Amino acid sequence: MKKLVIDVERCKSCGICIEHCPAGLLVLSREINSKGYRPVRMKDEEKCNSCLLCALVCPDLVITVYR
Amino acid sequence: MRLIKGYPVSLKEKEFHYCPGCTHGLAHRLIAEVLDELEIREEAIGVASVGCSVLAYEYFNCDMQQAAHGRAPAVATGIKRVHPDKVVFTYQGDGDLASIGLAELIHAANRGEKITVIFINNAIYGMTGGQMAPTTLPGQRTSTSPAGRSSSETGFPLKIAELLSTVEGVAYLARVSLHDPAHIVEGKRAIKTAFEYQLAGRGFSLVEILAACPTNWGMTPLKALEFVRDEMLKVYPKGVYRRLEK
Amino acid sequence: MRVIVFIKRGALLMKRLMTGNEAIAEAAIRAGCRYFFAYPITPQNEIPEYMALHLPEHGGVFLQAESEIAAINMVYGAAGAGARVMTSSSSPGISLKMEGISYIAAAELPCVIVNVMRGGPGLGGIQPSQSDYFQAVKGGGHGDYRLLVLAPASVQEAAGLTAEAFVLADYYRNPVLILADGIIGQMMEPVTFEDIKPGENIAKPWATTGARGREPNIINSLYLDPEELEEHNRKLFRKYEEMKESEQRAELYRMEDAELVLVAYGTTARIAMTAVDMAREKGLKAGLVRPISLFPFPERIIRSTIRQSSAYLAVEMSMGQMVEDLRLAVNGERPVYFYGRTGGVVPTAEEILERIEILAGGYEGCA
Repeated sequence: MKKLVIDVERCKSCGICIEHCPAGLLVLSREINSKGYRPVRMKDEEKCNSCLLCALVCPDLVITVYR
Repeated sequence: MRLIKGYPVSLKEKEFHYCPGCTHGLAHRLIAEVLDELEIREEAIGVASVGCSVLAYEYFNCDMQQAAHGRAPAVATGIKRVHPDKVVFTYQGDGDLASIGLAELIHAANRGEKITVIFINNAIYGMTGGQMAPTTLPGQRTSTSPAGRSSSETGFPLKIAELLSTVEGVAYLARVSLHDPAHIVEGKRAIKTAFEYQLAGRGFSLVEILAACPTNWGMTPLKALEFVRDEMLKVYPKGVYRRLEK
Repeated sequence: MRVIVFIKRGALLMKRLMTGNEAIAEAAIRAGCRYFFAYPITPQNEIPEYMALHLPEHGGVFLQAESEIAAINMVYGAAGAGARVMTSSSSPGISLKMEGISYIAAAELPCVIVNVMRGGPGLGGIQPSQSDYFQAVKGGGHGDYRLLVLAPASVQEAAGLTAEAFVLADYYRNPVLILADGIIGQMMEPVTFEDIKPGENIAKPWATTGARGREPNIINSLYLDPEELEEHNRKLFRKYEEMKESEQRAELYRMEDAELVLVAYGTTARIAMTAVDMAREKGLKAGLVRPISLFPFPERIIRSTIRQSSAYLAVEMSMGQMVEDLRLAVNGERPVYFYGRTGGVVPTAEEILERIEILAGGYEGCA
């Protein structure tokens, strides 16, 4: 079960979540979504402690967090 | 695994049309979370203004009315007078509220209308392409202040929270920012308090939310949030500007 | 309240002496209006004053807004919330409400608007006038839309039409405009409210009452997709076609054998009737068509008088506005003349008679 579920279609590559992830686990992926943006991607699920800061700052409800 | 941060019921599934990094989407989510937590989605009637957030009626999962530019507080007054038991809120930008709609705002506040106004202050007209607003900062370049806003020509940033703090019909009045996690938590608390004051029938409540407009400020989303933190908060100090004791 | 007792058809008929403004307000309350938002402006002040006094007695809400713009937007909100709501103003105030009225028509919301007309343009004067005709019948604000416009010519009719306006507004989901003038508003005449009762409450499932147990309702007039907006316009115009079909109303006065046909509404029609009587005494075959519905213009009724008529004379308290719709209806088949006084000047029956005589004498000299 994933800690972070990322709705790639909603992401607009604003990068705010990447800025605020305390463990620097988020990065823009290489692929492009239907809007032409590179959605955010979780680099290393293991290191994520579901602190939910990314979901907190996301302006587009891209990230759902599980713990 | 337990879901701890999901999609609020009080928002429809529809993706936001807002630009990358625009604070509107965040403000929408916080309001929706508050409506969920207070369990008032089915009692809520929102009024969308005219601006980038005109399409708010497509996002909030409650009854909505779309108001003419600047007139949301009057429309909300009409609704609240008909349904005093419902929760009525407006969602307005600075062009809508601080420019064309200033009279409607002040008089709704002065009447102590039991409505909640969510005021998004991003110091610019977004939807129409980045024109100067009454809240634009001195020296700030916009499409209608190309050389930077000149206070001698067009005056000074209009401070709505301070302006309304002397109006006795106002029960709760706060200015918040959403530029980082700590401020988002604080901002959500203020929004919740504003709705609680309405539920308690205490009078008019307003939360002014400092917001970023990356596209029209010509900045990246992150730079725009820094501008809010470093420039806007200086001109628009956050805080609770009026609060009737419960 | 002066009460006059009339015996009519054996029934005791309680008539009260009231001004048109007060009768309009009383009729609205009896018709089920429970919300009223307005702003002071002469010569309609007695309407909000009456509402301030009596609406709360019926559990209603009277609110004086900070401007006519705020007032009409409160009406928008209340109507969108499913309420029977009214506002009143006078000419300059109605101009301020035009944007809001366009929104209300576009969002298909029912409400009643009263315009007690005064001299214009600009600040104008406070005496009676009919110079807002175009504003009233051609929509008045931006976009293709129309208001159902009814013009009373007496205090009793003002009451009757106001009450009926709420039923029509709910039926058509469209604003209904009562177009009176300063005289109708200010003069006192006996009036009865015997047959004025609230129309039955029709369901308003579209209203914003809180989305409990249903999908959310949205009151909106924004259509960014041109195809959708065009279809919406066509939908509105099907309503206006229905209004043209079933709401054309006019009163005929001494039209049986009339050849010189006067066309006048409201206060001016009352004066024109006297002029018709005076002309008849001089052997001139004059008659009057009094439009009651201004939108839809009573075109069918006008058309029905063409064969018998030799000429038409529109009489208005304006520089000539309704005369244009009269020309459209007559369609060139008869000469159409105009006589008007404006600025608050009220034409006398003698002046109108003089026009009739010129008209009867071979049509020269008529503007």
